[in-house]
Amino acid sequence: MAVNLFYFLVFPGLLFAAGVGAFLSWFDRKITARVQFRQGPPLLQPFYDFFKLLLVKETILPKYGSPLIFLLAPIFAVFGATMAGVFILLPLLNITTGFRGDLLVIFYLLTIPSFSYIIGALASGNPLAAVGGSREMKLILSYELTFLLLIAGIIMKCGQRFDLYTIIQIQQTGSPFISSISGVILFIVGIFCVQAKLALVPFDMPEAEAEITEGIFIEYSGAAYAMIKLTKYIMFFVLPAFLIALLMNGFRLDGIHILWAVLKVLAVVLLITLIRNTNPRVKIKQAIKFFVIWMNLLAVIALVLIEFGY
Amino acid sequence: MGFKNYCFKKSLWVFHFGGASCNNCDIEILDCLTPRHDLERFGILLVGSIRHADVLLVNGSINIRDKERLIEVYNQAPKPILVVAIGACGCTGGLFTESYTFAGPVDKIIPVNAYIPGCPPKPEAIIAGIVKLVQNS
Repeated sequence: MAVNLFYFLVFPGLLFAAGVGAFLSWFDRKITARVQFRQGPPLLQPFYDFFKLLLVKETILPKYGSPLIFLLAPIFAVFGATMAGVFILLPLLNITTGFRGDLLVIFYLLTIPSFSYIIGALASGNPLAAVGGSREMKLILSYELTFLLLIAGIIMKCGQRFDLYTIIQIQQTGSPFISSISGVILFIVGIFCVQAKLALVPFDMPEAEAEITEGIFIEYSGAAYAMIKLTKYIMFFVLPAFLIALLMNGFRLDGIHILWAVLKVLAVVLLITLIRNTNPRVKIKQAIKFFVIWMNLLAVIALVLIEFGY
Repeated sequence: MGFKNYCFKKSLWVFHFGGASCNNCDIEILDCLTPRHDLERFGILLVGSIRHADVLLVNGSINIRDKERLIEVYNQAPKPILVVAIGACGCTGGLFTESYTFAGPVDKIIPVNAYIPGCPPKPEAIIAGIVKLVQNS
């Protein structure tokens, strides 16, 4: 029990994932600044933002809405992100072996933050938040099938095994899945799914800043918004880590391999950041079409290639 | 108090309220966020929603219609909030002081923490004003 609490709250869970995620979010902002020939924020900027929101600012409750659900939604979001992080990072960091079928549990836990955002947005009673909530719903409907096809591809590739630990072990004894043609296609599909799950720029219509002024988060302030920031930091580490576990060999924590693990995370985050900096925001209709037709097509092609052994 | 205040100073998020402005101050404010001046290196971000804001930038002359909106925006902001009046119109009314639609300079309507005069103030002047605001708050 104490060990489980430690897992949840400190080492691979809340504290560790949030710390690494905050660093990665600084990395993202710094790279964005360098791409635009700016200097960028200092290293501790995500911590300043988080503690300012948590400790200094006032939390305002909506008058025409449900204050209880409005406040509970960010807590559910942190919980979902942390649980997903624990289940992903325990096998990835080689602490425990996980359990049979934890891939599907992770798949469901990763959707909890998005659902919590929708519930919180609709509970705030703000019309712009409702617009953002409905866009987030459409976005979930479009990318979830693609994400499931990606996981199906991984399961087919490693011979019908449903647990993350075995998938990582199979890659580490053989070769990483990304070294095959189908693996590359699955990686492309995966990186766009991660982009949509993180709501970064080509797919950031739920929180379109210039258009519907932060959309789903428009009414959040103070500590509640700090919880949402925390969820975003955790997801910013957990989703790239999940992609690395599925396709890129996972982590090995002995000697020089630690450096490779760090470089792999940074490379995936760099790719996500560059996609976000070189693309405009698409309309929700275009995003649905992009996932439902093109990304699903790519994923199905990858599944067929796997079936024939490529 | 020290830690809280330090975090607050290091991450000021800015919400921009434009009154009946001639848009010159708006352009100079946007200039501060461009690569040349880059306010993000001090942790200053432009946010879209007043609920996330720490600093309320007000520019332009405030006329009768703007007055109630400004009060509404100020009341919706989570406290503590700093208010900065930018430009001659925001600070005193400038050219429009004797206009029949003018509803008083910003500090007659809401409490103001810093004034940055100029028509329009240079981006350097705006940055200097923000730095003084941070040092004195």
